[in-house]
Formats: sequence, C-alpha cells, structure tokens
Amino acid sequence: MKLYEYLGKELFARYDIPVPNGRLVENAEQAGDAAAELGDVVIKTQVLTGKRGKAGGIAFASSPEEAKKEASRIFDMSFSGYAAEKLLVEEKIAIKQELYLAVTIDGSAQRPVVLASLDGGMDVEEVPEERMIRWPVDAAIGLQPFMIREICRRMGVSGDLQKEFLQFLPKLYRMFKELDAELAEINPLALTPQGLVAADAKVTIDDDALYRHRDLPRISEKTDLEKKAEELDLAYVELEGDIAVMANGAGITMATLDMVQHYGGEPANFLDFGGGADVEKTSKSLELLLGTDPRVLLINIFGGITRCDVVAEAFVRVKESKGIDLPVSFRLVGTNEEEGRAILEKEGIKTFNAMDEAVRHAVELSA
Amino acid sequence: MSIYIDENTRVLVQGITGRQGSFHTGQMLAYGTRLVGGVSPGKGGQEVEGVPVYDSTFEALENHEAEASILFMPAPFVKDAAMEALDAGLKLLVLIPESIPLHDAMEIMAYARQKNAVIVGPNTFGLVSSGNSKIGIMPNRYFIPGPVGVVSRSGTLCYEIVGHLTESGIGTTTVVGLGGDRVVGLHFIDVLKKFEEDLDTRAVIMVGEIGGSAEEEAAAHIAANMDKPVIAYLAGKSAPPGKRMGHAGAIIERGRGTFESKVEALTGAGVKVADLPTQIAPLIQSILDKA
Repeated sequence: MKLYEYLGKELFARYDIPVPNGRLVENAEQAGDAAAELGDVVIKTQVLTGKRGKAGGIAFASSPEEAKKEASRIFDMSFSGYAAEKLLVEEKIAIKQELYLAVTIDGSAQRPVVLASLDGGMDVEEVPEERMIRWPVDAAIGLQPFMIREICRRMGVSGDLQKEFLQFLPKLYRMFKELDAELAEINPLALTPQGLVAADAKVTIDDDALYRHRDLPRISEKTDLEKKAEELDLAYVELEGDIAVMANGAGITMATLDMVQHYGGEPANFLDFGGGADVEKTSKSLELLLGTDPRVLLINIFGGITRCDVVAEAFVRVKESKGIDLPVSFRLVGTNEEEGRAILEKEGIKTFNAMDEAVRHAVELSA
Repeated sequence: MSIYIDENTRVLVQGITGRQGSFHTGQMLAYGTRLVGGVSPGKGGQEVEGVPVYDSTFEALENHEAEASILFMPAPFVKDAAMEALDAGLKLLVLIPESIPLHDAMEIMAYARQKNAVIVGPNTFGLVSSGNSKIGIMPNRYFIPGPVGVVSRSGTLCYEIVGHLTESGIGTTTVVGLGGDRVVGLHFIDVLKKFEEDLDTRAVIMVGEIGGSAEEEAAAHIAANMDKPVIAYLAGKSAPPGKRMGHAGAIIERGRGTFESKVEALTGAGVKVADLPTQIAPLIQSILDKA
C-alpha cells in the first residue's frame, strides 16, 4: 500500500524525522491561508504517481494570492489519470544540497537494503552505480552505527554530516521495520543550515502485514471492480480484451494470458483465485467475472492444492443461481479431476485436458 | 543420487490438524514420504492419517528423529513456527503458506543462515524427489522418476509443464518450487548448482516469470558455471507494466525484471527460451535424444 506524501511525513514526524512545517489543504482558499501563515511556500499535489514535479504538480509561491492561484491551477490538473483531492502547502526551506536516502527490501539478498547518494533530486534513477551506495542489512543484527559510518565513507561524507546521518538513518530504519514497510524513500533529502530534512516522503507498507497495523489508513489505487476483488482476496487486474480468464496461481494465469495472445485472442482480465479456494470463494470469483460482461469465459484449472471437484461444484452452483449463458472453454485437470468432471458432465459441460486446446477453443469462440 | 531430500528424509508436518495439513499428510504418505510426526499446539495426543500429533516441535523431536518439516498454518503464525523448527535443529523447512509479511520472511531467512538450514518458500508447492519422497502439495501422479531437473518460481505453471513431460514419457529427478514471494529461501542459482552436480540430472528446466532479477542472476551463473543444457519458460510476456516501487525498485533492478531483459539474459547464456509451455517437452526430448 503506497502512502501519500503527507501521510508519509506524518509517520516521519512520529519517528522524530525532521520534515518541513506544512498544512494539508482541500481548496485554493485554504492554500492562501496556509501561505499567509507560513510565508514563502512550496505547494505539492498529493497523488501516488511519481514525477509530479516534472508534470507541473509542484509550485512555489511568495504571497497568499500567488499560493491561491497556483493551488487552483494544480487542483485542475490530473497526473496519470489521478486528480489530487488535497495539496500539501509547506514552508520553503533553504536547501544547500539535495541528497537521496531509502530503505527497501532486496529480494535476492533476502535483506533490507539502505540506498544512499549525494546526488538526490529529480533524476536519481540516472545516478551512476558507483554514486549510489547500497548496504544490505542483516536482519539478524539490524542497522548498526558501523554500517552508517561505512555508508558515509563510501559517499565521501565525514564530520558534521556524518554525525547527522548517524542520528537520522536509525530513525528511518526503525520506522521501516516497525511499520512493515517495503519502501521508505526520501528524495530529496535536503541538507539545510539546520541539518537534514525530509523534503519528500515515499512510503509503501507491505499489504500482507496490514493486519497488524490497524491504525494506518487504507489507501487504494484500484478500480471499483479491483476493489471488490480485493475484498474477496483475489488477484485481479482489468485488461482490454473480451476473453475473461480465470485460473489458479499467478504463474499459470500469466501463462494463460500469454497463450491467449499467442493464438490471436485478447484477454479481458487477469484473475488468479489462488490455491485451495473453497466453493464460496470460487463462486464469488466466477460471479465477479460474469459481471464484467465478457464475450467468452476461459477457465484453466490445474489442481494441486486446488481441488477440481470444488471448482466444478462452484461452477454448477453459479450456473443454477445466476445462469451462465456465454460460451465457456473449461480446462480441468489435477487433484480430484474425476470427481470434478463427473459433476460437470452431469450438467452437460465438456472439459478439456490440455491447456492449449482450451485456449485455442476460447480464442475461436471469441472470433 | 538426489538433491535436498531422498527416500530416507524424515519429515514433520507443522499444522497437521488443519484442513490443508491433514489433506496433504494423506497425499504425502501416499507418495511415500517418511512422515514421522505432526505438530499442532493444543492438539497433542491425536493422530492424523496414523501420524502421531504433538504439542510442539521439541516434543515431536523427543519422540522421533527428523531432518525436515513442512508448514501449514495461517500466515501470521508462520514466523513463530519456522523459528521453533529452526531452534529445535531441523535443517530443511518447506513454507507452504502465502501472504507472509516480508519482514517476517527476512527474519526467518536471517535465522536460517545462522543455523545453516535450507528454507524452501514461502508461497511454494515444495519439492519432490520423484518416485522417492515429496515434501509439498503437488499432485502425486505427475511426478515420475526420470532424467530432468525442474526449478520453478510458480506452482501451477510448473505442474503444467511437468504434466506435459509426464504425458510425453519424460520423468524428473527433483522438482523444486522456489515460491512466488519477493523474499524466499532458495533461489534459482542454489538449485542450478545442485542440478549441475547431480549425476542423474541430464537436463534442466527453469520456469520463471516477470519481476525481480532472479532470472538474470541465474543467467549469469549458467553462462559461467553450467555445462548441462537448460531450457527456460517465462510467464508474463503479455502482462501490463507492473507496479513500480518508487525509485528504489528501479534502482535495485537497474533495468532488469522485464520479460525482454530476462529473455535476452538467458538467451545470451545459451539457454533456449520456449514461447509456450507446450514446446518444452519436445525441446527436452530432442536434447535427451542427442546425448
């Protein structure tokens, strides 16, 4: 779950990480009031997409009138399809240098990793590898002062700034760990006469750990349908085509979409209803797909932990209660496949053994 | 010769009394796995499919010797159970559950490194030494002995591919599911090394997918260290661009992670990348015929 900048900064403040003094506003009028209070300000749109600055979503203002004008301009903009409901108005800080600092997860090292660079700002992705210091942290010992000194040495940082980092980085790491973050990124990390200040905040919380962070707000970038799927604990992504696809497992679902395209069809969605779903969840998945009004339904089941009889029973249940009147291409093999086929055959529903036969059939039906 | 497990590996089932735990206990016994005991706190004294159930891993190990454990429980409880198994001295853990918090997974891996233990998963189907033993949830009948090693990030897609091999009369030495999560124990390289050393394995199939950099790392390893032929299949060619994780994700991957980058890396390492899962069995057959 990605957090808006202002929420990330609220969390930073909770962990005693310095952030600029700011106000969250919902209209241009409030932006003017905030500027009257704060003096020279920077106004920042609160959307979850990156590159806000380049797209014109960040503006400076040196009077309340100017702040109002800029705020109303930004409220009228959209960023990758998202319009901001709120703006953050912050006091303008005196920046001597823009740095970069992040803690995230390095999957291949199985560890948290600190990323630090003296070249922060807009084009941090272009920073050459040797100017971006990476330090994997062994979770067995956590972040230690020697690591921070070593990161500083490699950046060419010493003296007062190193002391700043020794204070600053442990707070960011503690927040990353305690809040189950996947990413806690500060770009730019501003070096000011008062020390290091987090001029931006990009924080992502691990969705699978949200259950133990009930105090955090819930933010979703999903469409209504995707939200409904999320409530059912399904992995669902809307696509442009007309063949609705339902499969069990992310890999096989992706491979099914690849194969649909390979044979000239267009998938309407990605729906992985997971492993070991019961009749209830399987029925709900089917109902959700039927609600999208596709031209053809393609079901590809290779049962391991998922049981074919359960899928068949769910299909029959939905057919009886809601009616399934579009053409269906059904592939069903694996755990309890005989039982599953028997249930479907009683209803006059044919199944395929081979995945590519089922996919080709679905593509033919959609033509 | 087999890798990681063989017919003598003694196995505990943690979370044996649950719906998945009990069902797969029966399936593993049917395959021939030596399940010596089960663990389910508060349920000690029962039996599941004839396997005795204990209240703790320590209690199970007071009564039986074991080397490995397979875990079935809701995600919030996996860290505690895995740490218990590692503390009790087990050397191979198979973590079946999905949706384990990433920070929990990182702590489990850190402790496993201290204990010199192997973690398979989380979010995996497990592993099988074909014809000998399986510690996992894969459907039994597709895993017959033969000369091919298989290592996969995804579960069902791997069944699909092994199923094709089986229908073509080609069996497997060992099949390993790495797990679909961002933080997992075994990686492609670990398993590829074992296959290279395994005398029974004559060819290797790797099943990858978009995201992360594991396939690119594997490609570099194959180019430098492997003589055995490797065939790959990668899922996700048609997937829309995935969600980026701020700049950090891009920096970590440095342009890797896309379908094209993986195909390029693997092809450059001499790996034949199949366009469809159905092309793998014929490709493997032609390699085996040549040798």
